Amino acid sequence: MKQDKVISAILLIVALSAISGLALITVFIFKEGLPVILRIGGQQFFLSSKWEPSTGHFGIFSMIVGSMVVTVGAMVIGIIFGLGLAIVLTQFSPPGLAAVIKPTIELLAGIPSVVYGFMGVVTLVPLIREHLGGPGLSVLAASVVLGIMVLPTITSISVDALQAVPRLYFEGSIALGATRWQTTYMVMLKAAKSGIVAAVILGMGRAIGETMAVIMVAGNSLKLPHSILDPVRTLTSNIALEMGYASGDHRQALFATGVTLFVIIMVLNSIALAVSRFRPQRGGVR
Amino acid sequence: MLRNMFRLLSCGAAIALVLLCGSCKNDSQRTVNVVGSTSIQPFAELLAQEYNKKNPVQRIEVQGGGSTAGLQAVTNGLADIGMCSRSLNPDEAQQFSQITLARDGLAIVVNPVNPVKGLTVEQIRGIFSGRIKDWKEVGGQAGPIRLITREEGSGTRESFVHLVMGKENIAHVALTQESNGAVKALVKGDPAAIGYMSLGLVGKELNDVSVDGAEPNAKNVLAGEYKLVRPFLFVTKGTVRPGATKFIDYVLSPEGQKILEAEGLIRAK
Repeated sequence: MKQDKVISAILLIVALSAISGLALITVFIFKEGLPVILRIGGQQFFLSSKWEPSTGHFGIFSMIVGSMVVTVGAMVIGIIFGLGLAIVLTQFSPPGLAAVIKPTIELLAGIPSVVYGFMGVVTLVPLIREHLGGPGLSVLAASVVLGIMVLPTITSISVDALQAVPRLYFEGSIALGATRWQTTYMVMLKAAKSGIVAAVILGMGRAIGETMAVIMVAGNSLKLPHSILDPVRTLTSNIALEMGYASGDHRQALFATGVTLFVIIMVLNSIALAVSRFRPQRGGVR
Repeated sequence: MLRNMFRLLSCGAAIALVLLCGSCKNDSQRTVNVVGSTSIQPFAELLAQEYNKKNPVQRIEVQGGGSTAGLQAVTNGLADIGMCSRSLNPDEAQQFSQITLARDGLAIVVNPVNPVKGLTVEQIRGIFSGRIKDWKEVGGQAGPIRLITREEGSGTRESFVHLVMGKENIAHVALTQESNGAVKALVKGDPAAIGYMSLGLVGKELNDVSVDGAEPNAKNVLAGEYKLVRPFLFVTKGTVRPGATKFIDYVLSPEGQKILEAEGLIRAK
């Protein structure tokens, strides 16, 4: 009995120290970043695109837009392919095939992001430059690379969600005379909706937070993009590009960029958490 | 999600431990850390290699990170020698002692298929500030100019701003790359691109244009004809460890200088 208590105390300390690491990071980022936002003024900081640290101008609007468009692009690609794959794997393919393909897709998550970036620079960027115009380093290139990077997240969580739908739903729908696709579309996807939404939002968090691959393929220019062939700088690349050099106000402004990112990702993760906990109660099946 | 976070944090802790142990194995008495500008890095690596051939006991470790990062590393004591590829500002000059190990031309590079062979400083300033937008305005084929710049804080960028831009800003539309290598790769692949980089690193795949009529080469830099020149500095602070001093002496020796010249840099004096 005594042993139990000791062990539980030790585990508690370990758990708390892990959380306190997180808390420290949060406190530190906000402590470094908030004062400069307050001093510059929220409007100047968030709604101006003029980022010239050497002359004391810190406006991150173009980077917020950059992060948004790149992420939206990545999600379009990620959802089409990731969700498509999840549907095929769970509804239309023999179970043996799914058992092979799902771990393969999950392997994608293990490839370092710099490799994705390199592949993008070497293959995708010249393709875009030669066939679509523009500098090649662009929203499009970043979106495609990120879209591939979020595939494992979206696919594997969606597969889990679809597999968790009770067999009864499927059988019931087929028994009522629905085709396979009708069953998938009208029953399975609806039943797995909360899991799929969580998958998408987690994928989105990954896309917003990704840095290395984006620095390599997005071009990092400070101008607001006008088309998907224009280069952009995202919030993460701004921090990573300049952190090594920055000091004083510039450094704090980069922390403030981090605060912005932190808030965006926290909001997304909270939504994901809330959605995945939400279980629709549609009466009477069981 | 929380569990994932735990996993991440514990992974991080494990990695930190491994790194710590790795670094305590290195005999800190023997390793001289040289940190800073990515422009100087390849030359310093070469010098360190040659130096190590003669002094196998003394290990020299060269790391990149950027000029300002190098200065910070020296300040924190993480590096024995900082590499800085721009002139120190008056504030920094007071804090650090500097040794010029070589000088480097700043080359303005374009794609080899670009017919433009020469520009004036005035034109370069116009191009990078965004006033000149089309190659035909400077004697090339009609088409938009694609600017490639370095990130804020890079020594190469600061030298370029200092030598060319003066009070003007580099246009926001410029693509930002974080190393000489990335600038090189981009200019190599894009016929419409223009960038700036260390003359010693241009190589044969790019075309470095003449500036104000002077070809960028060692002769013109020494004669003072080619104006875009910056110093390559070794920066130290306070007392310097004997091992580091020996390495600096080696770099400044005729032998070290000869290696640098063979690589396309220009001797210090």
